[in-house]
Amino acid sequence: MLHTFVALVQDKPGVLTRVASLFRRLNINIVSLTVGESERADTSRMTIVCEAPDTAAHRIRASLYKLEITVDVDEVGRSEGVIRELCLIKVAAGPSEPNGLHSRSQIFELAQVFRARVVDLAPESIMLEMTGSSSKIEGLIQVLRESNYTILEVSRTGRMAMRRGKHTSRVLKALGTPNGNGPTNFTPPDFSTDEIIPNEFPDVHEEE
Amino acid sequence: MADNTNTNPQLTGAEILWATLVGEGITTVFGYPGGAILPAYDALRKFPIHHVLVRHEQGAAHMADGYARASGKVGVCIATSGPGATNLVTGIATAMLDSIPIVCITGQVSSKVLGTDAFQEIDITGITLPITKHNYLVTRAEDIAPTLRQAFQVATTGRPGPVLVDITKDAQQATAPFDFAAAAPTEHRPHPMLRADSSAMQDAIELIKNAKRPVILAGHGIIESGARAQVIDFAERRQIPVASTLLGLGAFPTYHPLSLGMMGMHGEAWVNNAIQQSDLLLAFGMRFDDRVTGNLAKYAPNAKKIHIEIDPAEINKNVKVDVALIGDLRKVLDTLLPLMPKNSDASWIKEVDAMKGNASVRDIINLPDNGHLYAAHVIHDIWAEALAANRLLQTIIVTDVGQHQMWEAQYYKHDALRSLITSGGLGTMGFALPAAIGAKAACPEKDVWVIAGDGGFQMTAAELSTIQQEKMAINIAVINNGFLGMVRQWQEAFYDKNYAESPILSPNFVALAAAHGIAGAHVSKRKDVTAAVTQSRTSGKPFLIDFQVEKEDGVYPMIAPGSGLHEMVRRPAANPLLETAEDV
Ligand SMILES: Cc1ncc(C[n+]2csc(CCOP(=O)(O)OP(=O)(O)O)c2C)c(N)n1
Repeated sequence: MLHTFVALVQDKPGVLTRVASLFRRLNINIVSLTVGESERADTSRMTIVCEAPDTAAHRIRASLYKLEITVDVDEVGRSEGVIRELCLIKVAAGPSEPNGLHSRSQIFELAQVFRARVVDLAPESIMLEMTGSSSKIEGLIQVLRESNYTILEVSRTGRMAMRRGKHTSRVLKALGTPNGNGPTNFTPPDFSTDEIIPNEFPDVHEEE
Repeated sequence: MADNTNTNPQLTGAEILWATLVGEGITTVFGYPGGAILPAYDALRKFPIHHVLVRHEQGAAHMADGYARASGKVGVCIATSGPGATNLVTGIATAMLDSIPIVCITGQVSSKVLGTDAFQEIDITGITLPITKHNYLVTRAEDIAPTLRQAFQVATTGRPGPVLVDITKDAQQATAPFDFAAAAPTEHRPHPMLRADSSAMQDAIELIKNAKRPVILAGHGIIESGARAQVIDFAERRQIPVASTLLGLGAFPTYHPLSLGMMGMHGEAWVNNAIQQSDLLLAFGMRFDDRVTGNLAKYAPNAKKIHIEIDPAEINKNVKVDVALIGDLRKVLDTLLPLMPKNSDASWIKEVDAMKGNASVRDIINLPDNGHLYAAHVIHDIWAEALAANRLLQTIIVTDVGQHQMWEAQYYKHDALRSLITSGGLGTMGFALPAAIGAKAACPEKDVWVIAGDGGFQMTAAELSTIQQEKMAINIAVINNGFLGMVRQWQEAFYDKNYAESPILSPNFVALAAAHGIAGAHVSKRKDVTAAVTQSRTSGKPFLIDFQVEKEDGVYPMIAPGSGLHEMVRRPAANPLLETAEDV
């Protein structure tokens, strides 16, 4: 099943290798991994999506926390969090395309339905930008293909996840303050037995 | 060294390195010089640190490891870049798999040429990433003190482990102000811990109260957390027998009536049978390694399991447990103990005792001398000699890896903490001699014995020269059977006695010792064992005994791969004289 982990890690050289190396050692395939700045100085936020047996979740989370560069780890289930991905799609849309001169208007229509944006127009192609759940993105790509458009390039960021609601994030709680900086009364993550039961969440397409 | 005014002394990075080690309480390091670490060596003499010159950097890492295991303090080793650093790898991995706190310092090429394949440049932080708890690359003099101090903290807190600090040559040469106190690591992120109000605690107490056939599985964590007294108290209060892992030997005293001995692949039959018949396993600071569980599907099928462990990643890794109490063992037991009512029902203990049967009567060490010398004799007699001399609590045994290691675990009765030093997780041949040097450096007042096979001894025998240079009175027992014994035993059991490359030629070990200026003796009769052992122990100098033992002896009981813990292979009945375990 798919697991989505959020890890707050130190922003230092080599940190990505350490995280990636952990998954390599556990022989677990990373489906996507996004890294960027977080609300906290010197701390990056990673969202790691991986395919692993459901029983592996606890071990992955605990192993991630074992890395010295890790500040905290959380596993976010679909129902608990908002999971989004950004995608750029370049579609061939010149006069020689199957739909000829109508190409462009059809693509504009599809984009509108999927709430994608046109971010580049060239004589032979159109670039779309779309944010959403993975299933939405896959939906748009599929429709384009089924309408006989040639997809020239796809670039997806991989998923980012955040728990819903104010302060519900275990990550935020661990940081101790609402804005996440400043001194903390740091609570260690609770790895007690009830958490050994992995967060079960169905791998189904999520509605917007 | 710390100066409270704002005029902290300007030191070179090399000086900062040593000054920080001194500040951390380090008095001995094990190392080998070379180009990229030469600035550090140039500054060494200004500091009150004794440097042991090894003969191979693998030895330096094992020495730091042996030092740490013997003393409970951090062991430090040092090597140059490139080949010096890569030679450390086996030693670091050995410490990693046994959770031993060592700090390894390596020189690195100058930061200006990092990544250019400069002479003797190797990406040692990359190489050691999976075999260190953490590692660092330092390129500036001012980062040396804080990084080293952090390395010590990482090595010793939580589940201990090796840490490597790679320091570029220019960082050693540059200068920076030095302030030891100011370089203290910032508050460490919290280690996962059990909440005191956790329902897991209540669940554990219920399971313990209801258990009729409980067994404590005593692991290395008892030693690391200093929980010996708590474990003894716990076992006595509930009248629970205690089985040990290899690395747990010595954590619970063997003389204690509740002590069963070692469990697992070469554990005695009654120990493994007690575990298989148990209804509650209490795993104290151990990790259900495959060598102690046998086939997991058949492991203790009727037992509930409580796992007390500092590393959450170990929970449910191999064995699914019913209750996990995460945290430092000593602290968890301190919380648990007052809540434990006393139990005086001794029926389970009696049952376990009965499982021992007539094992001891039939044991090789109690049988009349048949003219042959067995490794079991040698190990038993080393133990008996120390006991007779009242030196048992002042003796450290350092084993290598193989049959002799298992016989040591079976026949030497470890009462004292840190009295056995052995490579369990990685099973590193060549470990014993250098690790013993580390142990002797940590505990010069103790008697240190190396027990090594003829194969493993040859892997690091060059360190004999180190022993002599350091004038260390280390006792060396080579258990010489002319084979890579453990390999031969597997070939006998599982490969139709096809002894492919397991017979091994050895030099005359006594002559080899003599070439290093070390005295020695050959022993091939049981009657000569004790005298030679005493001679070695009391000589005040290093001494090597070449014990020429039975060539094709086997360690029994033995659990074949895939078998359950109770499905032990016994000694072939044709030669009942050699039965070393329970004969059921
Ligand atoms: C570095 C290393 N290489 C290979 C092995 C595999 N191995 C395990 S035990 C053993 C035989 C050890 O022979 P010896 O040192 O003579 O000891 P004995 O078993 O005879 O007591 C070997 C080769 C190992 N554990 N470590």
